[in-house]
Amino acid sequence: MATTTVHRSARTRNSASAAGRVRAHSPYTSWFYLPAAVIYGVLFLVPTVIAFYFSLTRWSIFDSKFIGFDNYVTFFQEPGLISSLWHTLVYAVLTSGAKVVLGLGLAILLTSQIVGRGYLRSVVFFPVLVSTIGVGLTFTVLMNPERGLINQSLDLIGITGPGWLTDPSLALISVALVDIWKGVGLATLIYIAGIVSIPQEYFEAARVDGAGAWDNFRHIVLPLARPATVTVIILSLIGGLRSFDLIWAMTRGGPGFTSDVIASVIYKQYQAGFYGLSTAGNVVLFLVVTAIILPLSRFLNRKEVEL
Amino acid sequence: MRTRHIAIALLAATSMALTACSAGSLGSSDDKGGDGKVTLTYLIDNGQETLKVAEQMVKDFTAKNPNITIKLDTRPQGTDGDNLIKTRLSTGDMSDVFMYNSGSLFQAMAPEKNLAPLGDTENIGQLDKNFTTAVTSNGKIYGVPLGSYMAGAILYNKDVYAKLGLQVPKTWADFMANNAKIKAGGVDPVIQTYGETWTSQLFILGDFANVTSADPDWADKYTKNQAKYATTPAAEAGFQHLQEVHDAGYTNKDFASAKLADGLRYLAQGKGAQYPILSALLSQLIADNPGSENKIGLFPIPGTDAAKNNLTVWSPNGVYIPATTTGAKLDAAKKFLAYIASPDGCTSQTTASTPTGPYAVKGCTLGDVPQAVKDMQGYIDSGNSSLALEFVSPVKGPALEQICVEVGSGIRKADAAAKLYDEDVKKQAQQLGLEGW
Amino acid sequence: MPRKNYALSAIAILVSVVVFLVPFAFILLTAMKTQQEASLLNFSWPTQFRFVQNFIDVVQARDYMLIIAFINSTILTVASVTLMVVFGAMVAFTLQRKRSRWNGLINMFVLAGLIIPPAVVPTIWVLQKIGLFRTMPGLILVEIAFGLAFVILLFRAFIGTIPRELDEAAVIDGAGPARLFFRVILPLLKPVIVTSVVVQSVMVFNDFTNPLYFLPGDQNATVQLTLFNFSSQYSTQNNLLFMNILLITIPPLIMYLFFNRQIVAGMTAGAVKG
Repeated sequence: MATTTVHRSARTRNSASAAGRVRAHSPYTSWFYLPAAVIYGVLFLVPTVIAFYFSLTRWSIFDSKFIGFDNYVTFFQEPGLISSLWHTLVYAVLTSGAKVVLGLGLAILLTSQIVGRGYLRSVVFFPVLVSTIGVGLTFTVLMNPERGLINQSLDLIGITGPGWLTDPSLALISVALVDIWKGVGLATLIYIAGIVSIPQEYFEAARVDGAGAWDNFRHIVLPLARPATVTVIILSLIGGLRSFDLIWAMTRGGPGFTSDVIASVIYKQYQAGFYGLSTAGNVVLFLVVTAIILPLSRFLNRKEVEL
Repeated sequence: MRTRHIAIALLAATSMALTACSAGSLGSSDDKGGDGKVTLTYLIDNGQETLKVAEQMVKDFTAKNPNITIKLDTRPQGTDGDNLIKTRLSTGDMSDVFMYNSGSLFQAMAPEKNLAPLGDTENIGQLDKNFTTAVTSNGKIYGVPLGSYMAGAILYNKDVYAKLGLQVPKTWADFMANNAKIKAGGVDPVIQTYGETWTSQLFILGDFANVTSADPDWADKYTKNQAKYATTPAAEAGFQHLQEVHDAGYTNKDFASAKLADGLRYLAQGKGAQYPILSALLSQLIADNPGSENKIGLFPIPGTDAAKNNLTVWSPNGVYIPATTTGAKLDAAKKFLAYIASPDGCTSQTTASTPTGPYAVKGCTLGDVPQAVKDMQGYIDSGNSSLALEFVSPVKGPALEQICVEVGSGIRKADAAAKLYDEDVKKQAQQLGLEGW
Repeated sequence: MPRKNYALSAIAILVSVVVFLVPFAFILLTAMKTQQEASLLNFSWPTQFRFVQNFIDVVQARDYMLIIAFINSTILTVASVTLMVVFGAMVAFTLQRKRSRWNGLINMFVLAGLIIPPAVVPTIWVLQKIGLFRTMPGLILVEIAFGLAFVILLFRAFIGTIPRELDEAAVIDGAGPARLFFRVILPLLKPVIVTSVVVQSVMVFNDFTNPLYFLPGDQNATVQLTLFNFSSQYSTQNNLLFMNILLITIPPLIMYLFFNRQIVAGMTAGAVKG
């Protein structure tokens, strides 16, 4: 208590002094932005702005012709656009929801007193370390409907497994499952960091009050791990909405167009050499993600301040 | 950061490559080595057979030209490779020599702007005309052929045909009749491998000779937006065929997930009787399944008219020099291309990999080739062949693979697929800025 | 000390073996097979062990490209992650502490960095203009630019939990902005630093598209590009492919096992402090 008072008075003293003095002594300087701002500005913002211009052109890489908003019109007329928008949302919500729930659950498990904690922590995180291409290649093989390990194991217990990646109604979900498999380690890691940084006093006080495990979870872990939750939700939702690598490595949007998401539609246009069109698609994707993430992040961060 | 390159020669090569390839070096020729030694970089795709051929060719060429060193560089295949090529050309960063498709993909490189014309190069006159038209822009030739002509056709297992007493079909009706007998004989009649989506397109792309024989001007009308897949029965037939094969249950059970290598193995082992695929894959089939050289035959995808049973043919890939290669490097690069366009070059290729079709260089002989290549040669020699659509029209929709997979898996009907594909094509034609779209 | 829960432990370990270890076992087994056997995709014990031969084949392929790739990837990862973390922490710290009307804009840029997909060709133009295209420093800067947003987001959440009083105490002791940040704040961020280093190293090390476009050429290959040696459209050598996956997974694995202790140490420090 005593130290807090000293600090309080120090702050009062500061704010009481002349404005100029405060600025001179401010421990925070905008210079800290400089290195990051230069690199980010030159290699990210400038190219992005150039790309925005090209979304208004018919662009063959070798030359471009200004055509106004025609690319946007074409993009919205894309026959598979609505279904790919829907797939994107399903995929993002499914993966980020599962990562929050499983990540939190695993983090609680892996911070509790269980045997083999070190082993479990490592093994849950292993998939994060493998490259997406590697994971995609491996699971495409494991999910092979006839010869894959998963269906052969199901056969042993008398179940005929589905065509995980070849059944049109299942392909997207199968890829989402692999995405969760690969990404849950990261969510767990963020949650572990969040839970471990909760001061032990809370748990001790709770124990004195006779609180059970559920009370601990409900009233200590859940609220105090909130920054971690916000981080996991935002990151995995953005990742999910933009996700492309894994879908591409596993199904390429197929069979047919049944696991196409916006990012894979854009990439296919890019591959086809429709650079202007795919840049326009990028702008649309950016707006969609922003429209979802920005309000959400405002909301989550506001709640965080209140706590 | 470059200290890791210990070998001085390598260092020199790298810095030379750097100066030659930076955007500002256009037109300047500052890379003449005092001793007349030149190092070239040669960009190829990362296919197993491509690499074998390139290594052999470089070895044979540099043995004859000790002053020239060639370093290989690889790129991904397919559309990733297309983008890489375009990106490196547009940023002035292409290798000194590179290998890429002929036909419409060659045209998409904006050859007049980005490539060096080969007019005065030795041996250019010895090239087959079918090939040179596929690498010509505005009357100038820009490439020499690598590899051989290939066909988009049906490879079939001769043992299965002999056992069931079948004849090579000349019409689609014959083909379907054969399929019924093959199925009754306990063999999968048609192999499909949608684990690699591009293999789904053969019934449409390989059927183009039939479209051409029904209407010789179709490609031209198609380019001008006057003919459509959905409204031309001969063109829509390809989609119909795909649907018929699926609806009749003639495909292998694991068609949705099988890969190319599986398909080739099924064919070689007689688990499947017929596989619509590019004939270039014969070399892989033989490499993976030793002893199958003469067990596999080839016939064109049959149409309606037995009298016009034509084969659809693809031109070989080209080897090109970008406009950014200049001075001593340009001279050396042209020497290398002249070698590729010579009978010695063909011999080099044959040494490294089984030829899968006739070469586009006059005076090249094939020697002992697999049965399917002899079959293919027969159709070409008798004039019963015509070029694939991508060599006669720049229009090709990017979603054909996916649409074909849908038809072949029963997700979409043939007529709806043809309509969807026409929409897809429209987008591409508009992006190319073609007239009439 | 609460009692250890053995039943739960047993279930957790069993599930982890099935869900996480079997796929790795599959990679390992396939990497030991012959080409013919590997192409069958079975989860079976190899009939012929070709581990050493496959290993040699992969390492020797294309004039020891894998070795060069490992050196390149190491340089790239170490340099870009170090700078990314330092610069990102500086931004996050200032952003969290200093209230100004720019904050909203900067937050927006951070989110934009996560959301907007990078534009390849314009980025190459810019790199060419500043003479860094096709150079390792150029690629390092690109990786920093693309990775910064994530690092800032991660740091900002955790800097919020460090009491401001600490800053004020340091200022009273006469510390300037640089000393405050590098001497007082940075050491407190250890757990987050470890997290970001692990995550970003994995990201950069496993990155495939950026090296493909911004540092082309086989002498510049990074490890992910070597996967392309063995997987191609026309033919697949599964045994070598999986051997390659195995080999390029080892460095991140070692790094994680090394940092794993750091994470625990950092966390213990945090608990003691609390």
